[in-house]
Amino acid sequence: MVHPLLFLQFISSKLQALLHIGGEAANAIVYTWLVIILLFALSKLATGSMKMVPSGIQNFMEVVIDGVENMVVETMGPHGRSYFPLIATLAIFILVSNLIGLIPGFYPPTANINTTAACAVIVFLSTHIVGLKQHGFHYLKHFLGPIWWLAPVMFFIEVIGHLSRPVSLTLRLFGNMNGHELVLMIFFGLAPFLVPLPMMLMGVLVSFIQAFVFMLLAMIYIHGSLEEAH
Amino acid sequence: MSFFSMCILAAGIGMALGTIGTGLGQGFAVSRAVEGVSRNPGASGKILTTMMIGLAMIESLAIYALVVSLIILYANPYKDIAVKALETVAK
Repeated sequence: MVHPLLFLQFISSKLQALLHIGGEAANAIVYTWLVIILLFALSKLATGSMKMVPSGIQNFMEVVIDGVENMVVETMGPHGRSYFPLIATLAIFILVSNLIGLIPGFYPPTANINTTAACAVIVFLSTHIVGLKQHGFHYLKHFLGPIWWLAPVMFFIEVIGHLSRPVSLTLRLFGNMNGHELVLMIFFGLAPFLVPLPMMLMGVLVSFIQAFVFMLLAMIYIHGSLEEAH
Repeated sequence: MSFFSMCILAAGIGMALGTIGTGLGQGFAVSRAVEGVSRNPGASGKILTTMMIGLAMIESLAIYALVVSLIILYANPYKDIAVKALETVAK
């Protein structure tokens, strides 16, 4: 399926010819760049001239960052603050890429499976790196279960459980965003006037909830590898 | 021709069966969460977070069904074989 109208089509068609990739992948790459530029400009604007009494865009960004930090501390405890940059980056990037799809002419990068897989693999790798840093060799105990003579069985179950995490993170975000795009496109084909509007309203809800869930699960996975095995 | 109609049938039936269980599960989860909040409104924040995680976990089952249906409809691995067989039948 090719999106009917995209305003960055001219870049993505060039990229498509250059890299020999599909249309959707090229669109995802171009709109990921757009999101990166947007977020970069926003953070530059917010931190360019910082004041003690914030106003305007600095005020808004402080509210956002404060909310995310409160959530991190609530879920992971005070020692989770050192993982705040990773979590907040993921959350803000995913939220903005979800929401950008609601504007006509934009393609949400998270509706492509490669973007969501990249985010999920980052979470997967960082959980294990955090666990290895925290516990060293004893991190292996996380995989062995509570009873020593069940350890060989538990090991394989735990490994499968850990490998299913990036798969479920990837497919959840991708399925939600891609499904929403599909439903919108089908409604648009059937009845373009006012009928897709309730679906778009639901899209706002889905965007926020999926970004929240991704953030929450990333926090819970990192917290799980931080705590002691029992 | 019947291959493609069967594909569409499989996607529809698969999606329907996939959503039955998910809907039931999410309904139970939300009903218990509402019960918990009405008994102890002070704990609504924690209950909301836990419910969200549970709902996301349950929802991923329906998303798996959706992804499989999408693969059947749009990225069917046996499409080329079916088209080739159709061409030979047409000849």
